Amino acid sequence: MNPQPTDATGEAAPETTTGGRPQNVPVVTEDGAAGTPNRPAPGGRQVALSDLSAYYGDHRAVKEVNVSFSAGEVTAIIGPSGCGKSTMVRCINRMHEEIDGARAEGQVLIGETDLYGPDVDVVAVRRAVGMVFQRPNPFPTMSIYDNVAAGLRFTGAPRSEIDARVTDALKAAGLWEEVKDRLDKHGSGLSGGQQQRLCIARALAVEPEVLLMDEPCSALDPVATLKIEELIGELKERVTIVIVTHNMQQAARVADTTVFMLDGELVEVGSTHKLFTTPEDERTERYVSGKFG
Amino acid sequence: MESGSLATELLRPPSPRRRRTDKAMRALMWTATFIALVPLVLVLYYTLKKGIGALDWEFFSTDPTGSFLGTQGGVKSAILGTLEIVGFAAVVAVPLGIGVALYLTEYGGRGRLAQAVRFFVDVMTGVPSIVFGLFIYLVLVLGGTGGSTFAGWKGSAALALLMLPIVTRSSEVALQLVPGSLREAALALGAPRWKVVLRVVLPTAASGIVTGSLLAIARAAGETAPLLFTSTIVKGTTFDLNEPMNSLPAQIFQDLKQPNDELVQRAWGAAITLIAMILTLTLVAKLIQRRSRGKGAT
Ligand SMILES: Nc1ncnc2c1ncn2[C@@H]1O[C@H](COP(=O)(O)OP(=O)(O)OP(=O)(O)O)[C@@H](O)[C@H]1O
Ligand SMILES: [Mg+2]
Repeated sequence: MNPQPTDATGEAAPETTTGGRPQNVPVVTEDGAAGTPNRPAPGGRQVALSDLSAYYGDHRAVKEVNVSFSAGEVTAIIGPSGCGKSTMVRCINRMHEEIDGARAEGQVLIGETDLYGPDVDVVAVRRAVGMVFQRPNPFPTMSIYDNVAAGLRFTGAPRSEIDARVTDALKAAGLWEEVKDRLDKHGSGLSGGQQQRLCIARALAVEPEVLLMDEPCSALDPVATLKIEELIGELKERVTIVIVTHNMQQAARVADTTVFMLDGELVEVGSTHKLFTTPEDERTERYVSGKFG
Repeated sequence: MESGSLATELLRPPSPRRRRTDKAMRALMWTATFIALVPLVLVLYYTLKKGIGALDWEFFSTDPTGSFLGTQGGVKSAILGTLEIVGFAAVVAVPLGIGVALYLTEYGGRGRLAQAVRFFVDVMTGVPSIVFGLFIYLVLVLGGTGGSTFAGWKGSAALALLMLPIVTRSSEVALQLVPGSLREAALALGAPRWKVVLRVVLPTAASGIVTGSLLAIARAAGETAPLLFTSTIVKGTTFDLNEPMNSLPAQIFQDLKQPNDELVQRAWGAAITLIAMILTLTLVAKLIQRRSRGKGAT
């Protein structure tokens, strides 16, 4: 799947040692400040999974995972196909339970709140934790504007705010310049990469604390992928990002922290640089050097 | 296989035998298509030839007189009756059918109740239309429900029973075509289930649902058997659904039996009218389908 994983490590090394993506840093602060004037505390919130297990019927796909995703950082989840990456991520916005017979045990804490607590409203959870899917899935019957506004309308945001938030979200998703003259056109008329950024804008419009991305680039060409990766670097000022990826170079390029999973278990968590260069677990070492998966 | 010989294999012209078979198959298909078209064209031709003479202003603007001598009148009561009966049936059956389809795709899943409902819908699709008429006759007409025996709304009830499974089936198919990823996207944005259905699923499936419903209505509009002993055959125009009501198929049925050339011609004229009405519905349905397909293609 990954022919030259060591190259990724080599590329990532200088970036991580200097602490982030230098080419992105100035862009982030400027755009973040201009695009979101009245956000009190940018950077999202920390998410902590505690003894999280997820089941499909009797099959346990995620096994007692303990990990925390730091606020304002990008965390990548890597691991071979079927190891439970999507399942784990879908537990964070409680989408997992939408599948027949699926359930989760354990805790997912955002700040102090357990998302699986007794009085927690699923709607509130999904407002706080946005999600971007593998295939771009804009609503085909809605215009570009309505797509971005959809989440706001679903959750009953005041009408007067919608305009400003749609604009803000489109700017944050780096799509504003490309679509500002055709906001009333259908979203399906956009390119795949634009559609995916539209979906990111749609998720951002409800101002989530956390943004989950499940292989957001796997249906896109390299140029569109690069654009989304740049975007992720900018967005982490605004939300905590958890990204599932099959592509280790991508993890190395975008993530501050990387999590390696195998067979539903969390094997290793570490700074991206460390995980790719000097992993502690032998299985991680074998995976990142392309020996399996 | 060696690559050189593969190339020669691919470039070799088709053998004479293959060419002959190809020609024969083509001829066969053309003949089959032609044979299938012949009765269709003949039906249209005869209907037009026999009925076109009946069509004039009076035909559309007067009720049948029923007198043995003198003028026989037109089919106004039948046209209006058909519109009323079918319209009322559609108002009841279409929302109900869509509701059942929504239950099946969005809530029932593979549960036992959903499977049972699906089975009954399938069975109902196969029930001959006269059986629905008989059922309504036994339950509503003989019992005199609503203070009347034969009544327009009882005809509507029979047609609604006939339409219900068709609307349900076609709506279910349209709803199943809505990608699960759209439902997921809406749920992940914090939409409650009913909003997902109302704002995302239904609009996405709308053209398919409308098309299916229109075809179901068109199908019901041409039915005779369920109406004969529910809304029956009368002369006068009425807008009271609780009274016996005329309809085009019933009028055609009545007129064709009469030993009177004028009445037989009126039957053909009524047939043209009915065909035109149903054709319009079908064309509108096709148009909606085509337009949405053009939009969906990306
Ligand atoms: N809807 C489902 N019903 C039953 N089992 C499922 C379902 N979805 C996933 N699984 C199982 O759960 C396990 C984890 O699946 P998951 O989709 O989380 O893997 P993944 O790491 O995201 O894989 P990939 O990289 O291929 O997307 C797998 O063994 C899979 O077979
Ligand atoms: Mg996955």
